[in-house]
Amino acid sequence: MAQKLDRLKESPSQTAGPYVHIGLTPNFADIGGVYPDDLGAAMVGDKTKGERITVKMRVIDGAGTPLKDALIEIWQADAAGLYNSPAERRGAADPHFTGWGRRATDMVSGECVFETIKPGRVPFNDGRPMAPHLTVWIVARGINIGLHTRMYFGDEEAANAEDPVLARIEHKVRVPTLIAQRSGDTYVFDIQLQGDDETVFFDI
Amino acid sequence: MSNIGAPNRPPEAGAFFQRDRDWHPPAFTPGYKTSVLRSPRRALLSLNSTISEITGPVFGHDMLGELDDDMIVNFAKPGESAIGPRIMVYGRVLDERGIGVPGVLIEVWQANAGGRYRHKKESYLAPLDPNFGGCGRTISGDDGSYCFRTIQPGPYPWPNGPNDWRPAHIHFSVFGHGFGQRLITQMYFEGDPMIWKCPIVKTINDPQAIEQLTAALDMQATLPMDMRAYKFDIVLRGRRSTMFENRREGN
Ligand SMILES: [Fe+3]
Repeated sequence: MAQKLDRLKESPSQTAGPYVHIGLTPNFADIGGVYPDDLGAAMVGDKTKGERITVKMRVIDGAGTPLKDALIEIWQADAAGLYNSPAERRGAADPHFTGWGRRATDMVSGECVFETIKPGRVPFNDGRPMAPHLTVWIVARGINIGLHTRMYFGDEEAANAEDPVLARIEHKVRVPTLIAQRSGDTYVFDIQLQGDDETVFFDI
Repeated sequence: MSNIGAPNRPPEAGAFFQRDRDWHPPAFTPGYKTSVLRSPRRALLSLNSTISEITGPVFGHDMLGELDDDMIVNFAKPGESAIGPRIMVYGRVLDERGIGVPGVLIEVWQANAGGRYRHKKESYLAPLDPNFGGCGRTISGDDGSYCFRTIQPGPYPWPNGPNDWRPAHIHFSVFGHGFGQRLITQMYFEGDPMIWKCPIVKTINDPQAIEQLTAALDMQATLPMDMRAYKFDIVLRGRRSTMFENRREGN
């Protein structure tokens, strides 16, 4: 017999359920007066550096219907490619940009809108630059464990072409599922849970 | 900024341990009908964590309101309180190495004592409690410990099978130090016979994993003549150490 490793097991996930808004966006759910604001509601302020952009996201089920009870969180670098996090060791990020946003999808349209900035490039583990991207996490009723994916930017063709994560996708026809198309200052990103265009989700 | 990590040690920046996908529920669980159209069917793309998942925002204790961790009163009119069995829920946030994780944002939500949520899409016939909102939050202390006060939620029926009921439960959102640690789960109550009948609980295959989500009644932590206590420890993904951390700082 060898020594015991004494590792604990990660707490198993359970679905966020239909009422995730009560806990995570109570003001959106009309539960006023408990918290002043919903966390992650405002990502940018007057002093935030970088190009202002709007990102519109939807989550679409296997029948083609947008989820009206999903919750999406995004995490991204600042305009210079630095994360506002204690684990960021390459320098100090823009103090006026948290990098984190949280939205419930609209109960009628299924859409949610993030007002943010375009992130800079950050390095992959081997030092090669990754293309600008948002890290995206999706929970909802019927989703048993939160889904991790990324949103890349359609107008960053050269950077996307050399991105080491996109390069890991064996079936190249699936790469566009991670790329949001730009129209004006707005990027539109539909996350497909199933079907021919199923979004690439990550085990990271 | 809260104090992340042990004093005199830089915040950790190692990659996370691989998630044990056999311990977590799979995406496609037909017994829980909503998962059928909401479950990805392709294999997940496996990656070692990059800096995008290793990093995460910081939540400081200064953002918390005085009553955020007290659902008995945080929605109640002055001098009134929510109806139901008064309880405290306490425990520690640990990682898979058994290390307490400080500065973790814990957000909770639940039904009232009758099993009714305060939500516009909720139509269960049990009444709303005018003094109960159903949301609370706290941030773990230096050793990973946390505590909040609430009333014990009731079980409730839900549209899945013709007669499916949720056991009493509290929903937990847990935000550790890295975005790759992000976790939502539910806490159940020791001794509840409804746990083993629930299609959502049964999305988890291993009975030991279900027990990990079942809080223990702790009569030693009870406040006599006031409230009972339930202990619920939460475990987040562990981190690999990096070369940077194996070297002593300043040498
Ligand atoms: Fe629930």
